[in-house]
Amino acid sequence: MGYSKALELQRTLVEKRKRGLVPDQLLILEHPHTITLGRNGNLAHLLANEDILRRAGIAFFPTDRGGDITYHGPGQMVGYPILDLREWKRDVVAYVRAIEQALIETLAEFGIAAGREAGMTGVWVEGRKIAAIGVHISRWIASHGFALNVATDLRYFQYIVPCGLAKPVTSMAELGAAPGRAELIGSLARHFAELFGFEIAAPPSANEEAI
Amino acid sequence: MIDVVMPQMGESIVEGTLTKWLKKAGDRVERDEPLFEISTDKVDTEIPAPAAGTLAAMLVEEGKTVAINTVVARIDETGAAAAAPAPAPTAPAPAPAPPAEPVVKAEAASVTAEAVPEPEVQPAPEETAGPLSPLVRRMARENDIDLRQVRGSGAGGRITKQDLEGYLAQRAAPPPAAVATPPAAPVIPPPPLAPPPSTPLPRAEAAKVRIEPMSVMRSRIAEHMLASRRTSAHVTTMHKVDMTRVAKIRARNKADVQARYGFSLTYLPFITRAACDALRAFPLANASVEGTNIIHHNEINIGIAVALEAGLIVPVIRNADEKSVLGLQHAIADLAARARSRQLKPDEVQGGTFSITNFGSFGSVWGTPIINQPQVAILGVGAVEKAPVVIEGDAIAIRSIAMIGLTFDHRLIDGAYADRFMNKLKAALESWPEEGL
Repeated sequence: MGYSKALELQRTLVEKRKRGLVPDQLLILEHPHTITLGRNGNLAHLLANEDILRRAGIAFFPTDRGGDITYHGPGQMVGYPILDLREWKRDVVAYVRAIEQALIETLAEFGIAAGREAGMTGVWVEGRKIAAIGVHISRWIASHGFALNVATDLRYFQYIVPCGLAKPVTSMAELGAAPGRAELIGSLARHFAELFGFEIAAPPSANEEAI
Repeated sequence: MIDVVMPQMGESIVEGTLTKWLKKAGDRVERDEPLFEISTDKVDTEIPAPAAGTLAAMLVEEGKTVAINTVVARIDETGAAAAAPAPAPTAPAPAPAPPAEPVVKAEAASVTAEAVPEPEVQPAPEETAGPLSPLVRRMARENDIDLRQVRGSGAGGRITKQDLEGYLAQRAAPPPAAVATPPAAPVIPPPPLAPPPSTPLPRAEAAKVRIEPMSVMRSRIAEHMLASRRTSAHVTTMHKVDMTRVAKIRARNKADVQARYGFSLTYLPFITRAACDALRAFPLANASVEGTNIIHHNEINIGIAVALEAGLIVPVIRNADEKSVLGLQHAIADLAARARSRQLKPDEVQGGTFSITNFGSFGSVWGTPIINQPQVAILGVGAVEKAPVVIEGDAIAIRSIAMIGLTFDHRLIDGAYADRFMNKLKAALESWPEEGL
């Protein structure tokens, strides 16, 4: 799903969530090649000019999530939990730690020992970042979320300094894991459900995506 | 007037960074309208206005980190009531409201020190007393409860979670699990996307330009410099000063001062001391201009320009004329260290009446600085260097020489006055008393 379309979908769901019209959601999707800059991002961390981005077929969006610059693209599983944190914990740090936990547990299921690095939000495997996190909160409704490199073409990260950190990135594929899409989504959903106390509903029909 | 404070966004969080103001001072804000954004870790949060009114004060700048419960903004509610009808007749009052009824208090307990109230105010579609929280509405929906049959115990008869739980318990045989059933999370499957391309990517060639927004400090400096250029008629006069005597006194005392006081003795406190003498003799250089008035300052407060990694700041030595060379050196060392570690208090960078910039420490021989408004003069100190000079009796000697310049505002100070100021300063430095520390 294109980034702007996903952003619009998130906005709609956040509004509905605020009004209590929908329950908590977890959107799992993939973006085409996109570079996004968080609210506190430093444009200096974008290493390519517009022309190069255009030739590489990468879209660029400044956004309102937390965090610095990041890349999204095919082979990367992006998760946007739209949650009312008042019904979980009113604690943004605990929330970010819980997202990390769900990802760590998911990765463990596929044989990858991932963990945290002090002071650097995200999920790491031996000093390499495998998942990035950036969250936006409006009246305790969380949006944006995480991006997990599954079979991401890591060459695309050469255009940015991911999250403003000069640290290498990695992917599940690079670490020798090749999960099936359904299997991975199932695992992510299960771990999020455990941590946030969700029940997994049947996936809505495809056209609901166009809410 | 309502205070908006830095909210606590989690148990372990003690401070927050204000990243962006979404309103300007004087703007009209509606209750719940996002007012500013804060950032903690990788989370950006919009903070809504707790009440409708006019944004009267913005007390924290973008980029600043402040402790939780620090007052960030003030909202002036006057006239707001007339302008904005209350959203719902029974809407709970905003933050500084009088204590509500016990049940509401119990709810508030879990909110801890949250100062920006989370207005769980949503116009209820049902015909009930007061607005309902999403939680209550969901519980009602999931348990098939007719809310009109539930007695609300919250503010204004508002129905709370506890009321629903009580109702359900009464209704009997409700599976307790159902009450606590967490929300369902529909998982939207991703549309199938093309696998990563195998074609080579264009290389990230070095970009020809790099665009970077100015930091708050940079844009302040930029504004200030241009405003000063527009305001003052800048003229610079340059005097050659023989620093040999001062150099000797300095050399003789340097090790002792370092050992006894823990700071290095530089030329700057001698020059500052000499500038104070000159300012006393030529007080116009210590004045400022306000419209067509001349403001004479009775205190001599000297700003010392301190270079930072990215920018500069001019902390002020108050009543500098009352200090000895050692006292000035102490003050300079302290202010410079705290400027570099960003620990200056706001009043330590205000109230200067004259400034000194010591570009000589970077090797510059002479320069023409820009006046620090609203002052009317700034002393630019070049490097002290040994040079052959012609002395009395037409002999050539090696002396320690510095070019010291006064940049002055010709609106107020004429060239002759400026040069007499400089001669006074020069004479003080060239005839420094042997024990003059």
